[in-house]
Amino acid sequence: MSIPPVIRTEGLTRTYDAGRNAVHALRQVNLTIERGEMVAVMGASGSGKSTMMNILGCLDTPTAGTYWLDGERVDGLDRDARADIRNRKIGFVFQGFNLLSRTSAIDNVELPLLYDHSGRHLDTQALAAAALARVGLSDRADHHPSELSGGQQQRVAIARALVTEPALILADEPTGNLDSRTSVEVMALFQELNEQGVTIVLVTHEPDIARYAGRIVEMRDGRILRDEPVSNRHDARADLRALGTAVEEAAV
Amino acid sequence: MKRSTLFKVAIESILKNKLRTLLTMLGIVIGVGAVIVMVAVGQGARSQIAAQIASLGTNMLVITPGSSAQGGVSQGAATFNRLTISDVEKLMREGTTASLVSPVVVTRTQAIGGGTNWRTSVNGVSVDFQTIRAWPVAEGGFFTDQDVRTSRKVAVLGSTVANNLYPGEDAVGQMIQLRDVPFEIIGVLTTKGQTASGTDQDDVVIIPYTTAQTKLSGHTFISQIVVGTQSSSEIPAATDEIRAIMRESHRLAPADADDFTVRNQSDLTAAATGTTDVMSTLLASIAAISLLVGGIGIMNIMLVSVTERTREIGIRMSLGARGRDVLTQFLVESVVMSLVGGVIGILIGVAGAAILGKTMGWHTEVSTQAVMIAVAFSAAVGIFFGFHPARKASGLDPIQALRHE
Ligand SMILES: Nc1ncnc2c1ncn2[C@@H]1O[C@H](COP(=O)(O)OP(=O)(O)O)[C@@H](O)[C@H]1O
Ligand SMILES: [Mg+2]
Repeated sequence: MSIPPVIRTEGLTRTYDAGRNAVHALRQVNLTIERGEMVAVMGASGSGKSTMMNILGCLDTPTAGTYWLDGERVDGLDRDARADIRNRKIGFVFQGFNLLSRTSAIDNVELPLLYDHSGRHLDTQALAAAALARVGLSDRADHHPSELSGGQQQRVAIARALVTEPALILADEPTGNLDSRTSVEVMALFQELNEQGVTIVLVTHEPDIARYAGRIVEMRDGRILRDEPVSNRHDARADLRALGTAVEEAAV
Repeated sequence: MKRSTLFKVAIESILKNKLRTLLTMLGIVIGVGAVIVMVAVGQGARSQIAAQIASLGTNMLVITPGSSAQGGVSQGAATFNRLTISDVEKLMREGTTASLVSPVVVTRTQAIGGGTNWRTSVNGVSVDFQTIRAWPVAEGGFFTDQDVRTSRKVAVLGSTVANNLYPGEDAVGQMIQLRDVPFEIIGVLTTKGQTASGTDQDDVVIIPYTTAQTKLSGHTFISQIVVGTQSSSEIPAATDEIRAIMRESHRLAPADADDFTVRNQSDLTAAATGTTDVMSTLLASIAAISLLVGGIGIMNIMLVSVTERTREIGIRMSLGARGRDVLTQFLVESVVMSLVGGVIGILIGVAGAAILGKTMGWHTEVSTQAVMIAVAFSAAVGIFFGFHPARKASGLDPIQALRHE
């Protein structure tokens, strides 16, 4: 028995009922993403990237088409079942971090474990601490979001996405609110996690960010225009080192 | 989500925004506090009046001249002074359930003794009076049937008279003069305090009714006849019996109306507590309204808080919170805040009732019933007024909630 792809969609369609004229945000999208891939979704504003991410993340349901997530058919699930799928199989990383303010980093990371209905996570604080360690923020566990930089907040959010060991991490413009150096840092973290076997799908409109992925899916008008591997994939850690020397040279 | 974690999440959320929590609880604190204070005041007034009435003697019936149909007002010479000593003697001879009988022969006069004088009311009564009124002596003793038969000149003083004529001294064994007649003081009664209408019950001198009628010059009249039964359950039977004997004694034809009135203490109690019941109900309704307003306050702030926390709800949902998890979190928050508010309200209410009792001199009584009702009510308020905002929160669309702000 072969390992099922993490994502397989057939004829995925999403139509918004906006008054008189319907908006076709997704038209018959067929997409397969295998375990361990790192895919960048690109495309102009309004091309349907977020709509697709919402459906892939089980936050929304398609108007038509089928969707298998990690071998399980999920397109027709009800609200509660989708909540459970999100909890078990998906980790979200948002552009605006979406951490709970007035809540420490470690408690933010622990949150998804508290909504697990299977009761399989016993020591939730220890798991949260381990996830924070994976993103290199063990020393900030008790800090509140307001006491952390943007890059650090996004790393807390990535730890929160990782803590349940999901099949898939979905990131909609994860570097959209970050400066260029911090963006490269976050991409280095994603690459590192990807090397450890984590499947990642991220949305970006910056080609510089997309080339850290192994595959680029470009969308236009709700359709996939282009879907191909990245020929000259960049190594974010090498770029960071280069940036470091550039900064040092500039300082001299 | 596990129940314990749910509570933890809700409590943390309550603690994380102290101002919001405080504002939410304020209405309940004030509402419950008001209920406790107002019920305490009402209850206190009620039991004080009940105690005053009970101090008159609970198994007592009072016969007064004049018919109740005429409002107790005497109708000219024909109905003047309708109670006579032969009524009393007939009741004493023939009464069975009405087993204790005493006239109250009233004279107002100057009591001279201890080198000073004091204007007071002299009541001529029988030995039964002490039992009927349940009025023990503080010092000395009461007079006997022998004293009544021989019209002895002995007196038992109410504590007000004793304190005014013989302050700080033992009055028993001393002499006082009533209408120039010397009486030996054989006892001093315990203090009864004021009646509900404010009359000092202890401003009185008690003497045998025979002595009052034969030894005291001037006008005397029987203002009332008091009758005692063995238990309060005999009061209806005793009332019928008294009416029959009195009608016979007054030779009334079957068609004639009673020219006397028989009242019992439970009538008086009912009348008096009826008034305080109305007052208690009124106070409790005002308090209940303030509790309701408090509840609406909770709903208002919870609704605002749902809007304010839309993004938080979206985040929780994206992480796997089901609608029910969000609903329960908000409900638990609302109920916990109401209950904590309720408990603070109880503490404030109890303190408030005590302070009112001290400063205003009111008798207040915090009833456990009121406390329990207040707690139950505040929990109910939390569930009832928390439910709408909680359901609103749980029904949010996660995508829209995440996009909020
Ligand atoms: N909730 C919605 N209701 C109606 N139309 C929507 C809604 N969300 C997105 N759209 C429309 O669907 C299209 C795709 O939008 P979106 O998926 O957000 O694109 P992108 O993320 O690539 O910018 C756009 O035309 C947008 O206006
Ligand atoms: Mg978008």
